[in-house]
Formats: sequence, structure tokens, C-alpha cells
Amino acid sequence: MRSLAATLLLSMVSLALRAQTVPAPVPDNEVFTLKEIGHAIADPTPQAGRTMPSAANAPPDDGQWTMPSKNYASTRFSSQAEITPQNAKDLKVDFTFSLAVNKGQEAAPIMADNTLFVVTAYPNYVYALDLTKPGAPLKWKFAPKPAPASQGLACCDVVNRGGTYDKGKFIFDTLDGQVIALDAKTGTAIWRVHLLNLSNGETMTMAPTVANGRVYVGNSGGEMGVRGWIIALDEDSGKLVWKAFNTGPDKDVLIGADFKPFYESERGADLGIKSWPPEAWKIGGGSVWGWVTYDAELNTLYYGSGNPGPWNADQRPGDNKWTSGIFARDPATGAAHWFYQTSPHDEHDYDGINEQILLDMPFQGSIRKVLIHFDRNGFLYVIDRRTGQVLSADPFGPTNWARGIDLKTGRPIINPEKATHQGQDVHDICPTASGSKDWNPSSFSPDTGLLYIPHENMCMDKMDVKVSYIAGTPYVGAEVHMKPGPGGNRGELTAWDPVGRHPVWAVKENFPIWSGTVVTAGGLVFYGTMDGWFKAVDAHTGALAWQFKVDSGVIGQPVSYRGPDGHQHIAVLSGVGGWSGAVVSGPVDPRDGTAALGMINVMSDLPKYTTAGGTLYVFSLPH
Amino acid sequence: MCSRFLIETVVISVLALSGCGQDTASRAPAQQAAAQNPTQDVIDSALDPGVDHSLVTSDPHAAALLDNLEAVQTGMRLFAQYNCNGCHSNGGGGMGPDLMDDEWIYGGRLEQIHQSIVQGRPNGMPSWGGKIPDEQIWQITAYVRSMSLPATLAAQNGSTPSQRPAALPLDLEQDAGWSAPEDATNHYTSTTKGP
Repeated sequence: MRSLAATLLLSMVSLALRAQTVPAPVPDNEVFTLKEIGHAIADPTPQAGRTMPSAANAPPDDGQWTMPSKNYASTRFSSQAEITPQNAKDLKVDFTFSLAVNKGQEAAPIMADNTLFVVTAYPNYVYALDLTKPGAPLKWKFAPKPAPASQGLACCDVVNRGGTYDKGKFIFDTLDGQVIALDAKTGTAIWRVHLLNLSNGETMTMAPTVANGRVYVGNSGGEMGVRGWIIALDEDSGKLVWKAFNTGPDKDVLIGADFKPFYESERGADLGIKSWPPEAWKIGGGSVWGWVTYDAELNTLYYGSGNPGPWNADQRPGDNKWTSGIFARDPATGAAHWFYQTSPHDEHDYDGINEQILLDMPFQGSIRKVLIHFDRNGFLYVIDRRTGQVLSADPFGPTNWARGIDLKTGRPIINPEKATHQGQDVHDICPTASGSKDWNPSSFSPDTGLLYIPHENMCMDKMDVKVSYIAGTPYVGAEVHMKPGPGGNRGELTAWDPVGRHPVWAVKENFPIWSGTVVTAGGLVFYGTMDGWFKAVDAHTGALAWQFKVDSGVIGQPVSYRGPDGHQHIAVLSGVGGWSGAVVSGPVDPRDGTAALGMINVMSDLPKYTTAGGTLYVFSLPH
Repeated sequence: MCSRFLIETVVISVLALSGCGQDTASRAPAQQAAAQNPTQDVIDSALDPGVDHSLVTSDPHAAALLDNLEAVQTGMRLFAQYNCNGCHSNGGGGMGPDLMDDEWIYGGRLEQIHQSIVQGRPNGMPSWGGKIPDEQIWQITAYVRSMSLPATLAAQNGSTPSQRPAALPLDLEQDAGWSAPEDATNHYTSTTKGP
């Protein structure tokens, strides 16, 4: 009997694996075109000047790469020009280094003081490699020993988005919520603080931002009913400077006399309470797990807040302030300056946490100080960063949840056909829960004036179901099945002209692009794919200049630096995982389309292309 | 901040205590329950030093789950009610491991599954002993075990598995522990038995 059962089971497994296919793409006519739903308050005026980051936010390149975003403007532009579309075919591996962790590696390698610093996924090892010696030997390793239980609280693999070097310190955080400043020379801890309550389901995955003597960090846990916050620590001591919540009373959100949001719907007392059912703001999400951007020119901090919880939006009628939007704050006190909610009463897990790129850009005949934000909700926002006014909002991926952004009110024009309600299975919502683009950052080249957006082309079916809040467990309340967007290619690299408001070229990829991009003065854009190709394409045309197959899928952030040898090097981590790669890096069964929050439905074929891994790769031209 | 309230009415009030695990007062009931639990001697490891065969306790609760469709179906309802599906999805996993394949990290016998739920596991599985009534934990155990039954897998229609879980067969646990794959030749046994 057992034998028969085992045989049956085996044959079923193979049958089921064969039967598990990626669903058909959403039809082309299900989504709106850029022409139909793109909006701007004025026509393009490209003749008014050149698009550039300001000098304060993007100082001259010293050849190092000290923070994930390269500079405060977050251009991820490297002035190194040795590697070009013509010679990229000669790129070779300088060295590799095993991270000893086979989980999703989302960090940017950091290069400073002739040393390369890398933070791994849980258990968050930090390695420092000496670039002055052949083979870049290990200078030191630091093992922070985060609590193992934190692995069970991380929604989307046990990732870490990297550390930052500043003034002789390497600063990073751990899955269980430690923020640690290491002596960059020795790897010993200068200070170490713990900021989370694991029992509430909080974790930490973001890359801290270090600026102006402070370290800015936030919590993860939008799927666990956490209450989102951002914290500023003193860079020298780790002492708490301020803490601002993203839900609740104004005094907790640090909303006071300085708060001047541009739009009417962001004004009023204690909206962080009033835009929720009673008490729901206490478990309402709005976490800070993405990018915090410091504007050295305007002395302002910008960051996006995460999705509201639970995903079942019927359980939280109201706008759910201050989730799924962008805050501008005073870096010294945390006092809020403005807020813009990209997805009021979010029904689709459209976190607002993606990066902001700070540029001076021609608009309406003059140069405006803008931030450019590529939201999960599918719209690319150009926002006046002094005021929070949206100047333009255009779809850059498949979009049908809204018919555009009303630029008078700032609010999305909701398409009721894609609104979700408890017990209703709504089909073909675009973009999917992970968005037209997730956390993985774009880059901007002042040479081409283009943004290089690594993104997704995916949609979903979503049915909201009732969920109870039990502290420390998931608070989601939705059955999701994701699927490819129109055309069937699940990923795309788009070069976008922010002034003309249109794509210039696009490269289609089979899998969603979950890596960042870096663009260089040599005229190349580097990115990686989930099936393990690391690629360089021509920044002007998108033509493939070079590609190299690494040991596992790439979801990390490539960087470009000038080594102690005086030559340009490109560094990136391999190691597939994250939300989209959980089917490979996690204990996940591809037969369950609802697994990993519905991601498995669209990624069940990834195990045929790659396996888990974790390796640092460094490339350069022969010299 | 520590949120102790429940936004929706949760079936048992003791759940509210799980909010702040650091609080000794709220921990006490769970610890007491664990201490009184008859299955605390369940052996998770397949290696039991000093004896030929692993000693396996036999709990009458486990026997009551066999050939009991109601237990499995009730377990399925509870599995969603206590947010088990938040981590384990419909058996395919995500934040927690998948449950619908034939790999068991901490043992796949009913008592072992029950124990994993009661005690929790160090890499992120919460401890539910004293928070969910023991009878319900056994019912959840039955559903979890059913997910990988050939009959349950065969009943999957579409991309959401484990929706029509089969009852646990009476001979579910004939084999006390790990055995070699059925299609492997067992040279160990043939050698020790001699010609």
C-alpha cells in the first residue's frame, strides 16, 4: 500500500509540475495606452534647458561608490568612461567571491577606501575585500547574528538592500532590526542599536541612508499589520534623534505648522486616524522599506510609505493616510513638509516606497526642481519637490486600475472595473501587486537625459477575503494569482525621456527585471536578469553590447567604480530570490499559484532556468 | 508600540495575549499549556542514539484523525482563520515552508506536526500552544498532513491546491520513520541478513 501510494505520489508530482505552466498574458486591449491616460499640467518645453542633477546632490565623481544610490540625487550615474559599447565585448571577470548565503541578494556592493563592502541576505554577513591586493582578499567579516525567528516574519525572502560608507564607518541594518556602524578598517562595531519588536511582525530590509550626520532607517512588515515608521539616528553615537510614524495622530506623524501639502485631500487634523476605521491605523502598515532620499540642496528628506494593511481594502474604508505616498520632511526634526498620496485607499498593494531621483528639469519654460518617482501603481510621477505638486503622471507599464491622475486634485481616476471587494474575484488587474516596478532602482544619465527603468510587465487576479489580526502573523486577506502583462514578456528595461514624457527604447525580458540599473559615462546601462544574465546595453539605443552568464539569477544593484589600479570596474551580486524569486530561493512549491502572495502563479517556470546562489562578481577590461 | 487589540473578533480571546511576547504575564499561559502537553516527548529526529529503532510515542489524538474527513475539513477552515495561510499559502508556502510536498523539516508524523504547531520552530514558526485549543491544533494537523496526500493532490483543480482535502487513510503511519525511497535497492538490509 505504501509502495503504491509513493508511486502514485511521485507520478502526480511530475504530472503536476508539467501541468504547472505560466498563465496566458493579459490581452493588449485590457490596458490603457500612454496617450489615453498620461497627463501633464503643461506641454513639454525641452528648449528651456538641460536635465541635470544639481551639484549639491551629485558632486563630481571621485571614482568611489559609497552609497547604493551613488549620490543624493540618486542618479546611479558613474562618470567612468573606460568601458564603452564598442569595447564592452572584451569585459572579463576580475574575481568572484562566494557570499555563503543562497538567498536573494539585493544589495549594492559599496566601494570606498580601496575596499569593497558587501552585505548579504539573512544572516546579514558583511564582507570587506581589499582591492589593492591580487584577488581582493578578505580584510574582515562581520556576522551580526540576527534572531533566526525574523526569517519567519519577512514577507518576501530574507533580503537586505545594502549598507553605506561614510566617514570611516560602514553602516547597515539586519533583518531583526539592528542598525550597526562598523569601523570600516577593522570591522568592529562602533555602535549597535535595536529598533524592532519582532512580536509585532516587524523586520528591516532597507538600505540606510546616511546624510548630514544622521542615519535614516525604517521598518518592513506591510503584510504583517505593523505600523510604519522612519527613524533618524545620530551617525556618531546611534542615538535616536527623531521618529515619525506614517499612521495615527498628527503628533506621532510629526505633522505640525510646517506641513503644507499641495492638495486639498491631504489637509486636515489627524487624517492618520480619521481616514481609517476606529483603531485600524494601529495595524495599518505604511512601512518604510524602500529608499530614503536626502536633498542636500533644499535640506529636505523624501521617502515613500508602504501599502496599507490588510490587502483586503473593504476592512479599511477611507484614504488610509499616510500609506502609499511620498513624504517630504525636515531632516533635522522629522517635521513633515508635504505629503502626496499616490494610491489613496490602495486596493492592490501599491506601496509608495520606490526611489526618487532628484533633478533640475525644464518644465513650462523654466528649470524646475523635481523628484521623479516610478510608483508600483504604474505611473511615473514628476513632482515639484519644493511643493509636492504633480507636474506630470504617465503610465510606464501596463495600467488599467486607473484612467490617469487628475492633476487638479492629485488623485487617481479610479477604474471601477478593477476595484476589489471582499468575495469578488477581479481578473486582469494591471499592474500586479508587485507593481509596474518594485524596489529595484532606476538610473539617470545627464549625457543622454534619459531614465533607465528596470521593471515588470505583470498583472493579477485578486480576491479579497476576510482576515483577522493576530499579532506577529500575516495580515493580508487576499487570494492573488499573478500573470504576464500584454505581450507575455514579464520584464522590460525602458529608457524614458522625462521631459518629452515618453519611452525612447525598451528591451523585453522573459522574467521581471528585479535588479537595479547603473548607467555610465561610457554610454552603457548595466542590469541583470532573473535567469542569470548580467548585461550591458547601449544607453542611446538599448542594443546589447555584452552579456555574461553568472551562477544564479541577478536581483542586486550593479555599481561602477574606479579601482586602485586606475581602471573602471563593474560589480554586482548574483543570487536570485526576493518576492519574485521565492520559487527558487525559498521552500516554495510551484504547484500552488497563490504561494508567495500569488507570485508563484507567474514565476513557476523559474526553477527550470536558475538555482539559488550568492556570489560577488567584478568585471573590467583587460589592462 | 505594541498593539494588543483585535480589529476583528477572533475566535478565542486568549489570542489577544500573543501581541507582546516579551511580556512575561502574557507568556505564562502558553508555557503552562506546553508543560501539561502530553506530546512533549515526541521525537523529531530520525536519529535516536543508543537504540535500534526510534521510539515513537502514540497519542490517541492522532489515531482519531484517521479516516476522519470532518477533522480535515475543520482543519482547513481553521488554517485560514488563524492566518496559517498567510505564511504557508494553500500549501505552497511563501514566508513559511510549503506543506504540500513530501519533505518534512521537523517530521511528518501527526504527532510531530502537532508538536511543531504547539512549540513553534526557531526559524520563524510561532508557538501556538495555549493560544489555539489543543483539539483545533489536532484538526489543523490533519489538514496539513492531508495536503500532500496523493488523493488531495489529485483533486487540485486549477492553481489553488488543497481546497478539497482527502481524509487521512487508516494506514497513514504504518512506517514509523524514515525509509529509503521505494525505487532504491536496499543493500544495507540484504547485507546484514546474510545469504
